[in-house]
Amino acid sequence: MFDLIVLSVFNGLIYGLLLFMLSSGLTLIFSMMGVLNFAHASVYMAGAYFAYSLTPYLGFWGALIAAPFLAGLVGAAVERFGLRHVHGHGHVAELLFTFGLAYLIEEFVHLVWGRNPLDQRPPPLLDFPLFTFAGIDFPAFKVFMIVVALGMFVALWLILTRTRIGLIVQAALTHPHTVGNLGHDVPTVFTLVFATGSALAGLAGVMGGIHLVTNPGMAQALGPIVFVVIVVGGLGSLAGALIASILIGLLQTFAIAVDASLADFLRLFGLQVTRATPGWEVWSITLAQIGPMLPYLLLVLMLMLRPRGLLGSRDS
Amino acid sequence: MTAERRRALMPWGIFALVLVVLPHLPGFGSGYAVSLLSQMGIAVIFALSYNMLLGHTGLLSFGHAVYFGLGAFVAMHAVRWAAAGLWLPIPLVPLVGGLGGLFFAALLGWPSTRRAGTVFAMISLGIAEMVVALSYMIVSFFGGEEGINGDRTKAPSFLGFGFGPQIEVYYVIAAWCFASVAAMYAFTRTPVGRMCNAVRDNPERAEFVGYNPQVVRYVAFMAAGFFAGIAGGLNAINYEIVTAISVGAATSGAVLLMAFIGGVGHFVGPVLGAVAITYLQVSLSDFTHAWLLYFGLMFVLMVLFAPGGLAGLWFMHAPILRAGLGARLIGPYARAVGPALVLALGAIIAIEVNYRVSTRPDLGTAFEFAGIAFDASQPWVWLLAGSLAAAGFWGMRRGLGPAFERHASLMAEAKGGGAP
Repeated sequence: MFDLIVLSVFNGLIYGLLLFMLSSGLTLIFSMMGVLNFAHASVYMAGAYFAYSLTPYLGFWGALIAAPFLAGLVGAAVERFGLRHVHGHGHVAELLFTFGLAYLIEEFVHLVWGRNPLDQRPPPLLDFPLFTFAGIDFPAFKVFMIVVALGMFVALWLILTRTRIGLIVQAALTHPHTVGNLGHDVPTVFTLVFATGSALAGLAGVMGGIHLVTNPGMAQALGPIVFVVIVVGGLGSLAGALIASILIGLLQTFAIAVDASLADFLRLFGLQVTRATPGWEVWSITLAQIGPMLPYLLLVLMLMLRPRGLLGSRDS
Repeated sequence: MTAERRRALMPWGIFALVLVVLPHLPGFGSGYAVSLLSQMGIAVIFALSYNMLLGHTGLLSFGHAVYFGLGAFVAMHAVRWAAAGLWLPIPLVPLVGGLGGLFFAALLGWPSTRRAGTVFAMISLGIAEMVVALSYMIVSFFGGEEGINGDRTKAPSFLGFGFGPQIEVYYVIAAWCFASVAAMYAFTRTPVGRMCNAVRDNPERAEFVGYNPQVVRYVAFMAAGFFAGIAGGLNAINYEIVTAISVGAATSGAVLLMAFIGGVGHFVGPVLGAVAITYLQVSLSDFTHAWLLYFGLMFVLMVLFAPGGLAGLWFMHAPILRAGLGARLIGPYARAVGPALVLALGAIIAIEVNYRVSTRPDLGTAFEFAGIAFDASQPWVWLLAGSLAAAGFWGMRRGLGPAFERHASLMAEAKGGGAP
């Protein structure tokens, strides 16, 4: 039982931090520009594929830097030549643009890399169990992912609170017009934030492509959950995104580990629920089955009860 | 009947006539054409019901397929009951589907519609994901992976029709299509329909006038769910099988695509979009494996350059055509569209070659496209595609400016020229 808990916490943490790497950029983009960027998870996928293609030439460490850079360039181009164009048509048009873009990137991935999953291995330097605890091996690569994600959080936080550009970004989060009136070049700040967010998604892709599997469905698998994270965490809140990511990561891994149903729960109170009970099909659904649904339940409840999220400063 | 009345009813007469006559026109009588027309009829209802939300009430939904799919499942169960002896002829099954859609929309709509904008969009996304997850868990209703099927010919016959042949199903779809389109149009004319527009444009002011925006949105949501359910019910009797795909994200995305490409700003927009997209879906997927990519490209280009959709493009040009100035558009437009076609040709060659190489490496590098033999391993193919695209792009950029200018000046002339 103990080792199960340790394993679930570890896996939940990794999954959650992967979500955080994606959602940190998205939450900044969303709260600054009001754009719900559907293509964000697609950029994450693109990062994984870039790394796959670059690794033979640059090695893992080269790809770890080059792939996010490329993803950042993609993001900058999308903002500069696409989003800025659509901006005048309102938020729905922007949203639809990123929606279409997500579609396009997925098809583009089919086009270039095919539909089959690709095998990516951790680099030899990180391909060993780092330590063993409670009878479980902890691979060095996964620990490396944790370190990178936490490092990213600290770096982003320092940039946002300690540098001039960070202060402008923070101000633009809540008062974009005032910042513009003060003479700052808000459009360029937008492009910069969009590029940075995309680069972070690309970085997450490099890791996620190895940790999970590099396949054309990886954007769709994570995309909607990233929205859940930023809504639950609160728009524009980095700390909120971190807490929500880890919360959802743990929620999902623990739910999958628990093979109990509502019927089992009712039995604790002496109620006999059997195959003959009406609605047995509903009572017998296990928590493990519901696992993938929980984040969305959380999303809907959060939007209904507290639309500003855990640490958000304003309503979505 | 006054002349005005007659003019207002004329489009409806034409619409009904088209629906009745279409399968008997030469070229439309084949089984392929009739099933295509059936799909179009269903898509028209579905896309219009979506536009009750997006276009008329300003609610962007990412989960409209939920009501389409749940309506389809309810209708499929109804078909099975009918086959088991319940008196329910096939033409009434879509109504059951509609009531199913209405029921679930009434159930899920109230918490969804408290706010518009992003909150509504996110809630619709969350609900859709939950329904998809549930559809694999509750097997007795959704039938699990393989879905549920039913035999429409086992239902009691109606006026002597057994609904075995596709053409009889087509007429059921056509009748429901006409009734639904008319009902949805009538809805936009009612005070409720007008309040929907008011809530879309300015919820605060609507509230000042004494209407609760949530109630107005809720009513629109339920109406949209009802018509989506009718489309789902028709889908169930058309295919005789319903699977979890019909509640899924792909279906929700498709209806958004149809409504937007058709144009959400006009009532007829989604009709155009539904017909065009269904046609492309069926015909393009026969031609090329890359049809989804072409779809995506088309969608993104529409969002970027023609956010009014097909209907928007038409209404941009209607005054000029009516004023008889259309001929003067041809020259500048040809100079922009011609190079654009060259660009498209280059892009299509590159995409097709790439698709062939990446998805079907087993077939080798030699292939045929548009009757011409290509070999993807030869560099000239790529050179050709690249230079066509580059030349087309260059020409298009030069042509676009004058084309827009000519359009603007003709538009001014048509409006200023005293055209009625």
